[in-house]
Amino acid sequence: MALIEVSDLSRTFKVRGRAPVEAVTDLSLSIEAGEMVGYIGPNGAGKSTTIKMLTGILVPTSGSIRVAGVDPSRKRTQLARRIGVVFGQRTTLWWDLPLKDSFDLLQKVYRTDPERHRANLAEFTELLALGDLLHTPVRQLSLGQRMRGDITAALLHDPEILYLDEPTIGLDVVSKGRLRDFLRTLNAERGTTLLLTTHDLQDIEALCRRVVVIDHGTAVYDGSLAGLHQEGGSTRTLVVDLVDEAPPISVAGATVQRVEGPRQWLSFPADASAAPIVAAVVATYDVADLSVQEPDIEDVIRELYLR
Amino acid sequence: MVEALTRYVQISALWVRASRAYPVSWWMLVIGGFLITGVEFVGIWILFQNIDNLGGFSLHEVAFLYGGSGVAFAIADLLVGRIERLGQMIRLGKLDQMLVRPVPLLVQVCADEFALRRLSRVAQAGLVLGWACTYVDWTPSRVLLTVLMLVAATVIFTAVFVALACIQFWTIDSAEVANAFTYGGNTVTSYPLTVFPSEVLKAMTFVLPLAFVNWYPSLYVLGREDPLGYPAWTQWLSPVVAAALVAVTMLVWRTGVRQYRSTGS
Repeated sequence: MALIEVSDLSRTFKVRGRAPVEAVTDLSLSIEAGEMVGYIGPNGAGKSTTIKMLTGILVPTSGSIRVAGVDPSRKRTQLARRIGVVFGQRTTLWWDLPLKDSFDLLQKVYRTDPERHRANLAEFTELLALGDLLHTPVRQLSLGQRMRGDITAALLHDPEILYLDEPTIGLDVVSKGRLRDFLRTLNAERGTTLLLTTHDLQDIEALCRRVVVIDHGTAVYDGSLAGLHQEGGSTRTLVVDLVDEAPPISVAGATVQRVEGPRQWLSFPADASAAPIVAAVVATYDVADLSVQEPDIEDVIRELYLR
Repeated sequence: MVEALTRYVQISALWVRASRAYPVSWWMLVIGGFLITGVEFVGIWILFQNIDNLGGFSLHEVAFLYGGSGVAFAIADLLVGRIERLGQMIRLGKLDQMLVRPVPLLVQVCADEFALRRLSRVAQAGLVLGWACTYVDWTPSRVLLTVLMLVAATVIFTAVFVALACIQFWTIDSAEVANAFTYGGNTVTSYPLTVFPSEVLKAMTFVLPLAFVNWYPSLYVLGREDPLGYPAWTQWLSPVVAAALVAVTMLVWRTGVRQYRSTGS
């Protein structure tokens, strides 16, 4: 049996005086130990509701969930030792306490073996560069520092599964990169199963071989990222700034979408390489500048859902 | 149960340690708390400079009622008073965090930001009770009932705090409703219930049984006939009422947690 087994899961919220809201509808999903799965979808698609049911915070309206063999909402405190949860928009840490105090408290809360706790703390503070911040109250940390603190807090008890809800939201490029490296290392070295929700396609590209797309509470896609682009018919865009204005560029594998003075937009399939197209353009035209725009995940999903 | 209490103590200890980082403000809060609640009893004392009795009870007897209710309420407030911020914890997502930790939720909610300075209220009420006790005509059964009363009263207030806070699972902004009954209940039971219309006593016996906090047992300890003629055995009923309230409270709490809706996002 898979580590996470979800079948026909639904959750409705009753709203006074209005029709009930179906946040999750007949969702089925199965995740094996050691997988890194990206869970994506537009706002309000049911991502957070799913995570909350997987962790036992919310009780499902119908359907069944088995995480590590148990029903999360019934065995919530028992399961808690085996999972770690990071909510990107909120902190697990105690606002007024120094980071170190929060970590010490968590050692008591989880009854982590003191040796193990010390070793983990040493390793994570090293990997996430938290050493200088241990004695700073959480409220004085920057968003990126706090996120690193939160991730450490979620991992000190050696969870088998780590749920990350929007872990990179609001972080700068450097912090995002560091965080992705860390998560990849975690999965590779400890075999921690990762399920992350995100709006950032690059999180998925960097981390996940598997993507589950949810919209209106139902999985509309479950497979590889490349497959998602194919299925969604998504395209990348090559923006070419020519030295002089010219008629629409003609190269194999790309079509011109727009021309604006010396600037032209060429679209090509997302799973194709940009290199031959760039080479062809540069060989034929006088090019001042080039850039590649990645497809917007929201567009891909919208496309997927409209079918 | 033992494990839950251990966890409670561990988490509380951390908060106590954290608050020691600001000793001056801590002591000012302690002394301030002592004075504010102290003024309350001074008010009753001044009242007695002008009257001989309140609802048929002397100053010493009123002090026994006041102290009994006060000690129990203050201990309950110290132990679980934080639960009145349940709605805020829900709104800030703190409750979600607590739900994914391997410690009973109730323990985490009550121990969160535990403030030992609330002990000042226990001390103030304890002083008044101690003074009142020097005027009691003690017998072994009166000593026994006084102890039973204080334990049961603490349990009753604790249960009422928790049960009423559960309303916040359904309506987040209902802390004030709960306060009306907890703080209000403490105030009402600080006086002889004979000063209120008899409907109040009936409501506090059969609806929200706060009369068992101190009224009925105090009648026995003070050697008073029940002015409203309830049978004498009601004076020993407080532990039973406390146990029943705990059972109801646990049920309400579990129901609240199971239908918890979390917040958006």
